[in-house]
Amino acid sequence: MAYVEAFELQRELVEKRKRGEIPDQFLIVEHPHTITLGRNGHMENLLAHEEILTRAGVSFHHTDRGGDITYHGPGQIVGYPILDLREWKRDVGAYVRAIEQLIIDALADFGIGAGRIAGMTGVWVDGSKIAAIGVHVSRWVTSHGFALNVSTDLSYFQYIVPCGLVKPVTSMAALGAMAARENVIEGLVTHFGRVLDCEMVETGATVLI
Amino acid sequence: MTDVVMPQMGESIVEGTLTKWLKKPGERVERDEPLFEISTDKVDTEIPSPAAGTLAEVLVEEGKTVGINTVVGRIDEAGGNGARPQAAKPVAAAAPPPPVAAAPPAAPRPQAPPPPPQAAAPAAEPTEQAEAGPLSPLVRRMAREHNIDLGRVKGTGSGGRITKQDLEVYLAQEQTPPPPLAGPIVQPPPAPSVQAPPAQPFAPLPATPPQARTRVEPMSAMRVKIAEHMILSKRTSAHVTTFHKVDMTKVAKMRVRHKEDFQARYGMALTYLPFVARATVEALRTYPLVNASIEGNNIIYHNEVNIGIAVALENGLIVPVIRNADEKNVLGLQRAIVDLAARARARQLKPDEVQGGTFSITNFGSFGSVTGTPIINQPQVAILGVGVVEKTPVVIDDAIAIRSICYLSLTFDHRLIDGALADQFTGKVKAALENWSEEVL
Repeated sequence: MAYVEAFELQRELVEKRKRGEIPDQFLIVEHPHTITLGRNGHMENLLAHEEILTRAGVSFHHTDRGGDITYHGPGQIVGYPILDLREWKRDVGAYVRAIEQLIIDALADFGIGAGRIAGMTGVWVDGSKIAAIGVHVSRWVTSHGFALNVSTDLSYFQYIVPCGLVKPVTSMAALGAMAARENVIEGLVTHFGRVLDCEMVETGATVLI
Repeated sequence: MTDVVMPQMGESIVEGTLTKWLKKPGERVERDEPLFEISTDKVDTEIPSPAAGTLAEVLVEEGKTVGINTVVGRIDEAGGNGARPQAAKPVAAAAPPPPVAAAPPAAPRPQAPPPPPQAAAPAAEPTEQAEAGPLSPLVRRMAREHNIDLGRVKGTGSGGRITKQDLEVYLAQEQTPPPPLAGPIVQPPPAPSVQAPPAQPFAPLPATPPQARTRVEPMSAMRVKIAEHMILSKRTSAHVTTFHKVDMTKVAKMRVRHKEDFQARYGMALTYLPFVARATVEALRTYPLVNASIEGNNIIYHNEVNIGIAVALENGLIVPVIRNADEKNVLGLQRAIVDLAARARARQLKPDEVQGGTFSITNFGSFGSVTGTPIINQPQVAILGVGVVEKTPVVIDDAIAIRSICYLSLTFDHRLIDGALADQFTGKVKAALENWSEEVL
């Protein structure tokens, strides 16, 4: 799903969620090659000229999530929870930690020992970033979320300084876990429900698009 | 007027960065309409307006990080009739309104008459605008920091624009005749007298001389807390400090021997601090009174040894606690110290991680200090200061030898601990360090 399309969909769902018309949502998508820059991002962390990106087939967007710059692309699971935090905890810090936790738990199921690095939001394996997090909150309703590298072609990260940090990136495949995308999603959904106290009901992509 | 404050976005979040004002001063805002955006640890949040009215004042500029509950702006519910929007307009023209932001001495909620800073401050702005044309944020900031009346600076940039160089030249000239008293009399700043009619009743503020000798800045919430805590401690305990000279050569050698292995194996440096902590724990077990606290006329002996480690932050300090420190070896202590310090600096400590300490250690040696007299972290009864470890010539068996020497200072509460005990305790720490036998790896 194109980034802009997913962005619009989130916006729509956030408005509906604010009005209480729908329950919490957990969107899972995959984007084509995309680089996005958060509201507080620094253009200097984009290492390639936009022209080069276009030639490489990478689209570039400014967006309104927290965090700096990041890359999305095939082989990545992008999760966008649309949650009303008032019904969970009015605590954006705890929310970000919860997102980290569900990814850490999901990775543990595949034998990957992931964890946190103090002061650097995201999920890390031996000093390399495997999942990035960037969130937007409006009236306690969340949008944007996380991107977990499953079998991402990591060479695309060369165009950016991910999240403005000079740290390596990794993926499940690079760590030797040849997991099927569906199985990872399954794990993420299960742990999402457990960590964020949600009952998960599958709606299927067609309903939303 | 309704104060707009930096909201609390979660338990662990003590501050936020104001990233964007969605309304300009003088602009109308509805209740619950998004008013500004803040950013905390990878989360951007839109904050709705607490009231309907006109955004009267912006007290915190975009890009500034402030503590929660800091007043960032004010909403005039009157809806913007009368003088307010007029005063606000020139500010609106200059996107980040610096004079207002620079003068919030009233951070903790002033009551009815807050107009002095507002009335006086924007008044200076029109002159800047009229005479100097658009100003770069850098120039604006310099002017604010040095309290320069820009109306008196000659601009040499394009269109008479004031540049950084102009300000530097102006400052250099001003430096030569430092006006001790003459300043305000010889050259009354023209702006306030013309533009600000209510200047009279607020004598102290307009008196700001053209070249201020001071700069007013509200303390951060953390600073206020630290100040209160320090004074409370000095008032509570009878502070006495004793100093012991410790030969750290054995520990130093062990540290050098294992440094690289330790780094490779555990991904962190091996410092002196876990050795000192380990020795301290032993001494606390031997002399439980040092691990106690006072409640009324009772002595509370703590069965747990929870050691607080003072961590210097950019603008303050915090003392996270290593729980059950007596159950940890040097590796465990080093790991806990690294973890707590990193999270303290990232402001990610949980509230219970800074509570429940029974004894504290402060390692000012890491900043080069030889020794010091630390203040007790209440309600504890003692704190150990660790000086820098330095190679020093010492006399051993009538020969001069080079040893790694460190001064330990123990500040104790003489209400509970007498000098003899304090020195026995510190002597025990010293002995454990000097005769170090425990393996590290």
